Amino acid sequence: MLQGWSGWASGPGAVLLLMALVPHAFAQAVTGGEMRPIADIFQPLSRPAEMIHESAILVLAITAGIFIVVTAMLIFVVWKFRRKGAEDDLKEPPQIYGSTHIELAWTVIPILITFVLILVTSRTIGEIQNAKMPEDALKVRLVGHQWWWEVHYPDLGIITANEIHVPVSSRDGKKRPTHIILESADVIHSFWVPQLAGKTDLVPNRANQTWIEPFATGTFFGNCAEYCGTQHANMLLRVIVQEPEDFEKWVANMKQPPLTPESGLAAQGHRDFYANACVSCHRVDGTVAEGVFGPDLTKLMTRQTIGAGVADLTPKTLRAWVRDPQDLKTGCLMPDMKLLDSEVDSITAYLLTLK
Amino acid sequence: MNPDTFDPNFQIPAPERIGEERGSLTRIIQELVFTVDHKKLGLMYIGSGLIFFVVAGIMATLIRIQLAVPRNDFLEPDVFNRFFTMHGTAMVFLVGMPIIFGFANYLVPLMIGARDMAFPRLNAFGFWVFFFSGLLLYFSYLGAPGLYAAGSAPDVGWFAYSPLTAKAFSRGHSTDYWTLSLLMGGIGSIVTSINIIVTILCLRCKGMILGRMPLFVWLILVVAFLVIIAMPPLSACQIMLILDRFAGAKFFDTQAGGSAVLWQHFFWIFGHPEVYILILPGFAIASEVIPVFSRKPIFGYPVMVAASVMIAFISLGVWAHHMFSVGMTSIGNTFFAISTLLVAIPTGIKIFNWIGTMYGGKLRFELPMLFCLAFLFQFLIAGLTGVMLAIAPFDWQLTDSYFVVAHFHYVLIGGLLFTIFAGIYYWYPKALGRMPDFRLGLLHFILFTVGFHITFFPQHIAGFLGMPRRIYTYDTGRGWDIWNLISSIGVIFQAAGILFFVINLIYSYVWGKKAGDDPWDAWSLEWATTSPPPSYNFETIPEVRSRRPLWDLKHPDDPDWKYE
Amino acid sequence: MTTAAAQPTEWKLPSTRKVAVITLIVTESALFTIFLVAYLFYMGKSLNPPFPSQVLEFPLLATIALLSSSVTIVFSEKALHAGKKGAFHLWWAITIALGAYFLWFTAMEWKHLIFERDLTLATNVFGTTFYSLVGLHASHVIIGLFLLTLVLVLSLLGKVPADHTEHLEMISWYWHFVDAIWIVVVTVVYIISIRY
Repeated sequence: MLQGWSGWASGPGAVLLLMALVPHAFAQAVTGGEMRPIADIFQPLSRPAEMIHESAILVLAITAGIFIVVTAMLIFVVWKFRRKGAEDDLKEPPQIYGSTHIELAWTVIPILITFVLILVTSRTIGEIQNAKMPEDALKVRLVGHQWWWEVHYPDLGIITANEIHVPVSSRDGKKRPTHIILESADVIHSFWVPQLAGKTDLVPNRANQTWIEPFATGTFFGNCAEYCGTQHANMLLRVIVQEPEDFEKWVANMKQPPLTPESGLAAQGHRDFYANACVSCHRVDGTVAEGVFGPDLTKLMTRQTIGAGVADLTPKTLRAWVRDPQDLKTGCLMPDMKLLDSEVDSITAYLLTLK
Repeated sequence: MNPDTFDPNFQIPAPERIGEERGSLTRIIQELVFTVDHKKLGLMYIGSGLIFFVVAGIMATLIRIQLAVPRNDFLEPDVFNRFFTMHGTAMVFLVGMPIIFGFANYLVPLMIGARDMAFPRLNAFGFWVFFFSGLLLYFSYLGAPGLYAAGSAPDVGWFAYSPLTAKAFSRGHSTDYWTLSLLMGGIGSIVTSINIIVTILCLRCKGMILGRMPLFVWLILVVAFLVIIAMPPLSACQIMLILDRFAGAKFFDTQAGGSAVLWQHFFWIFGHPEVYILILPGFAIASEVIPVFSRKPIFGYPVMVAASVMIAFISLGVWAHHMFSVGMTSIGNTFFAISTLLVAIPTGIKIFNWIGTMYGGKLRFELPMLFCLAFLFQFLIAGLTGVMLAIAPFDWQLTDSYFVVAHFHYVLIGGLLFTIFAGIYYWYPKALGRMPDFRLGLLHFILFTVGFHITFFPQHIAGFLGMPRRIYTYDTGRGWDIWNLISSIGVIFQAAGILFFVINLIYSYVWGKKAGDDPWDAWSLEWATTSPPPSYNFETIPEVRSRRPLWDLKHPDDPDWKYE
Repeated sequence: MTTAAAQPTEWKLPSTRKVAVITLIVTESALFTIFLVAYLFYMGKSLNPPFPSQVLEFPLLATIALLSSSVTIVFSEKALHAGKKGAFHLWWAITIALGAYFLWFTAMEWKHLIFERDLTLATNVFGTTFYSLVGLHASHVIIGLFLLTLVLVLSLLGKVPADHTEHLEMISWYWHFVDAIWIVVVTVVYIISIRY
């Protein structure tokens, strides 16, 4: 019932979405699956989000009922007891000071409703927060930075940024939950991918945790949900849920460092990459670039966006970023490196080989 | 008047210097600056609050323009971030609190039959401290710029979570202006609240036992207690933040083992009671207006008092419902979900009591009543979305999204601001001696109500669709475009409504119908003196026998004290 | 407004001064509570020395001095009630002296901690919470001493009217409050946390 109206709500959004994504549809089909930019909390596609959804529907039903009853009372009273003209004013109405029975009734009923809500809430909190993760759950460690996400797969030896790949679970078959540890390198951030789970904050000096268990493939959109400074709006996150075979393929690819280009513009770019101190912030597996302040670039070109979602990743946007990241994401912590045009071209060419 | 020295031929001497006649500008400014009269201070509080309201409202308008379309470039991210920080900070501390203290200052001594507040000079001190704190906050735009334009106005959000406020992440002095301004303002609030408590407990006229005080006075008393208990945690936060930023202290320094979450606990221990401090005076105004315009006493006075006290108590124990996503244990989350749901009970009961007051009455839809009716409807919605947020798992989706923004604007605008409008229209004749114009007020009401719903209702939906708060822009294709556009359009109506409100205030003062002592046929003591009251409030201090002394006078055959 | 059946009972409301000082004490208690909670929260959480067990010593003499000053101020007020101005001034001055000794002792302790034990506000969370809590208390002692000294000077100059006993009582209430806070602080800092 409620799915219907939120579908209506996203109607115009869906049209715009199609318009925006048609050019990318083919490019994403292989890695991203179905794009799910409408992060509707009433379209949960993962177990914790579904558990939240159940209690949400109940609460909505109760509050909707209360709303209808009280509004009806209000409208009734306003209509029935309106002043009916000057003659009516001559006598004051009966001065009633209260009524113990009525007041008792409208105290007891809210208490009962509250009691029900308390029971539902406690149960759902426990179910989600105290869920036991199986031994073989995929582990992801997310470290929040101003304004990007550092992604580690500690058991797989993979480091990436801004995108998390996970295998899909089956409702009645194999469950493949992902256990996510949340840390922060600077200020408080918050992990929020609405269709997959509720929010959990990334707090410095504190390892929080959450979990997801998606039942559908596709690219799920999320945002940082705790104001973290200038570019909080552009700290976007994507969770790409894949069939197990595709996920394994992705893992295998991620573990394979890219080949260092030996000739051409890309090779020049590789040299310029080192000459311009890019390595002090960035890491490229298989090279001496071991920087940890910025996103890992090893498999940059497998990602869908640049700058943690500030733009789709295309050769054009990549070049623009390399030339001056402040243009696309003003205030971000990668400075304008003041590269020569030739360096911009060559480094871009090099980065395009990182896939 | 002493009959021995009274001289009927005595004339007031002519002014010594040109321009010093009563009413000249220098004289008026002199009076304002040096006054300790609770009525003048009350009007100064409300006037300053309304000025800051317009400034903060303009900021909100600019925010909505920026968010009207995706990837808009109307405002730079830094400018946007400063605007929402200043908008929130100003609305809470420079609009809400002062207007509340303004109403309290003006009305409490009149309603309890006293000549002034207990400590008039302390009263003036409290006002000027607030006023300077407001100037200090806005001075940050000019005074704080530092290296690489780091600085200018604060941009850390009105609740300024650490470690974002640490020197490392908040360079320049913008955060310091925020901190010092709020520390100053906090002192003003505490001092004024002490004054209110002493006045209410010690200066009531004869016969006015606590059980015979107007509900307005009861609620202000409860609010004052909440302030003196809840404001010091904010002051403590500010002191700790200053020590962290300037003396290298480690309160919130995570590198040294400090806790980033500790700020949140301390801040919300202040912050949650603060929102009750903001809304209870709205209840206070509604509890005066609704009975008078229903021609009936408030339904269930004792329970209304008890519910208010309960709300205050419970509100001290719900603070971590602002922190459900921070990673507390399931026990912690459950405790705060339960306490938050509990506070909904006495709050809901009040709505029923107001409806019960109207039931069987003869409702008059004057301006104050119109705003109170809208308040009831809007506060109902606000309370219900609050219940949704109390459900911690649901909150894990809704917190930090536009749903919360919609919720608290329904509370603060739909609830508090509407009752403030009701109160201003209701007591305008008493304070300024003129009736507010009904037609201008009706335009204000219709435009503002329509605009308010157009702006804030769609924000619930944007929240449901995953839109976080405090973002200066968003991508198309997320489903948020249409709701943001509608929300921004609503601002036009709200602005028009406020325009008519301001016009009404001025027009009625100059050309409004002269008001008598008691234009609304009301029952509390402020209506027993002239409009405006003389500086000494009452010719003789009254004596009361019931909760509605003027009802007793007007209905000697059927006085309240027979039934109470 | 007076009604026919006048109420026979006297209309007695509490004194404004008393209520004001009580509310002031309540609000200050709220402030101290937050700093106490911060101290307790961070107990044992410092990442580097010095730790409480290494540098803290129970301030016996200072505590005796401060708590005795609560007794001497009561003697002083009793003397005032009995009309003995000389005794009033004497006990009042002793109260100030005891308070001043407490402050001097605190200053010496801090000097030792800062310069000889390397504990400052910025050293670790113990330093931060210790100095802020004890410092907040000390600042209230300073304010109290200022008020007490002001009263002594004005009284010696003959400017304190005889019927101002309640005013002086209010200042003594503030002083008692400062002492009560010290009891809590000394217990938390020098008895409980000294084991960490």
